[in-house]
Order: sequence, then structure tokens, then C-alpha cells
Amino acid sequence: MQIIVNGESQERDYPLTVTSLLESLDLRSEQVAVEVNLKILDRSDFEIWNLEEGDKIEILSFIGGGSQQPRHR
Amino acid sequence: MSDHPSHDPLIIAGREFRSRLWVGTGKYKNFEETRQAIEASGADVVTVAVRRVNITDKNSENLLDYIDPKKYTILPNTAGCYTVEDAVRYSRLARAAGVSDLVKLEVIGDERTLFPDTAGLIEAAKILIAEGFIVLPYTNDDPIVAKKLMDIGCPAVMPLAAPIGSGLGIRNPYNLKIIMETVKVPVIVDAGVGTASDAALAMEYGADAVLMNTAIAGAKDPIMMATAMRYAVDAGRLAYKAGRIPRKLYATASSPIEGML
Repeated sequence: MQIIVNGESQERDYPLTVTSLLESLDLRSEQVAVEVNLKILDRSDFEIWNLEEGDKIEILSFIGGGSQQPRHR
Repeated sequence: MSDHPSHDPLIIAGREFRSRLWVGTGKYKNFEETRQAIEASGADVVTVAVRRVNITDKNSENLLDYIDPKKYTILPNTAGCYTVEDAVRYSRLARAAGVSDLVKLEVIGDERTLFPDTAGLIEAAKILIAEGFIVLPYTNDDPIVAKKLMDIGCPAVMPLAAPIGSGLGIRNPYNLKIIMETVKVPVIVDAGVGTASDAALAMEYGADAVLMNTAIAGAKDPIMMATAMRYAVDAGRLAYKAGRIPRKLYATASSPIEGML
């Protein structure tokens, strides 16, 4: 199936839970937030949440930041 | 004197903070420099931004590997958000990525000045407070807006000293003083500090804390500047509590006249 992870189209085998997706990307679930089709998931749901064809997934984490920095164009 | 004036914690929403210097984690050369500067600053609250992870580079490190969330209070911001919707979305993502309900709320109004959109700020704060967030709003040096933010339930307000990253120092000390007299919640002066004396002044005026990033990260020696800021904030706080002498136009002798020949 085709899913979009952080804006990048990826071909993945079904079924795929959020936990398996994070593991395949070497990401630690306790360091990230995951949004699927604009819905923010609870961390406790990562293991049971099956991703579907066409899902748009955003994986975010904390980076260095103080206040607003000018947007890069 | 110890490094931190003893038993003078900053209390916000029932949480106790040891240091009155809060620092950002942006603009450093690397995570190691970030870690060292934060340690030198003595801060126990550090701000972070929320962004997409790099999924193409599996070796990319995570900031939290350097800034231990058990040791520091991680304060996520909504930097880069120009709308209420974005600020609310990023706040929710920050809560999902972290462990607390704390958010440093920024709704930016303009790219050149990076001044806050205060109408949007109040609107976003209301939404987030209703969802249980502890909202620390980055606001203008406007006493009326600061009071409104307090009234809707913000447990602290964070007025700017000058535009973000400008290093101009405190542009409107009188407004900041009015804010400090008007609101009953802690006032954290955020943004615009350039050097140690700016931080000391903010504290002498009666600020409860100072938050900065660029003044430290952008210094030639960030770690040394972090140390300077730590002393400045402590010195300013002590001077404020000690109570300065009034300004007089003419001299007052400090040595007695009696006993002179």
C-alpha cells in the first residue's frame, strides 16, 4: 500500500501498525508525536493502530528552538 | 552567596522552578554545545520547538538525548505559527510528543518584527486552556493584553523586551513595570535581551524570570555568556529584593562630617 510519511510517499506492506512504522524508521515512540490524517494519536494506540492505503502520517519531535525564527523561503 | 539565591523559587501553576533564567535551545552549533550552554546557564526550564523528524537520515540524533527531560522541564513552543489553528495544532502535537501540558504559546503576527498577534494569542489561549493546557503566552509589552491573558487563566505572562533575536534590550521598561504591577501572575520577560545587563535590568524592574535564546546561542562564546546570564539574573533578582536607593539629583555624603578637623 501507498502511505505518505512526512510528505514523502512510501510503499509499505499491509498490515502496518504505527509502532512497526516507527521501528522501521529507528524512531523511539516516547520521543515523537504521530498524526494520521490530521488526527493526533495517543501513544498507547501506536501498537494497535493499523495504517491504511493513502494515509497521511506526520511524525514530529522536539528540536532546538527558542522563539520564533524567520521562515525559510 | 550560593549560585542561586536560596529559597526563592519561581512558582507557576503549582510547579516550582529553581532558576529564574529560562533558555531556548535553538541556533546552537550542535547538541553538545546546547547541552553545555544550558548547563552553564543553570536553567531548569528549556524551550523547544516541534518539527517533523528527519525520516531519511536514520542517524540523526534527538535533542532529548542531550537534554534529559527528567532533569529539565521541557517547554515546547509554537514558534512559526501565524494562525490560531496552527498554534492549537502544534500545542496538541507538543503535548502528544512530550509528557506535560505546558506550552509556550506563540501566535506570530508579522514576519519582519515577529511581534505577537495578540488577538490570535488570546483566542488560541482560550481554546488550549479549555483543553487543560498550561498556557504561557509570548505577548507584547501591552499591559491590557497581559491582564486579559491572566484573566482567561494563563498562570504567567511572557511579554517581550524587544523583537525576537534583536538584542535591543528592554525597549519599554515603563510598560513592563505596569504589567508587573497589573498582573497577579509571574511575569517572564521573553525575547530581545542582548547582554547580561539587559537581563539584570529586567530582574531589577521586578520580572519574575527572563527567557532568552539568541543572546546566549549567538554570542561568540555561548557557554561563557550562559554563565554571565546566570549571574545577571541572580544579581538582578537580589538587587530587586534588596531594594535600590532612590535616585537624587545631588550628592549625599556617605562619610560623616563629625570628627573632621
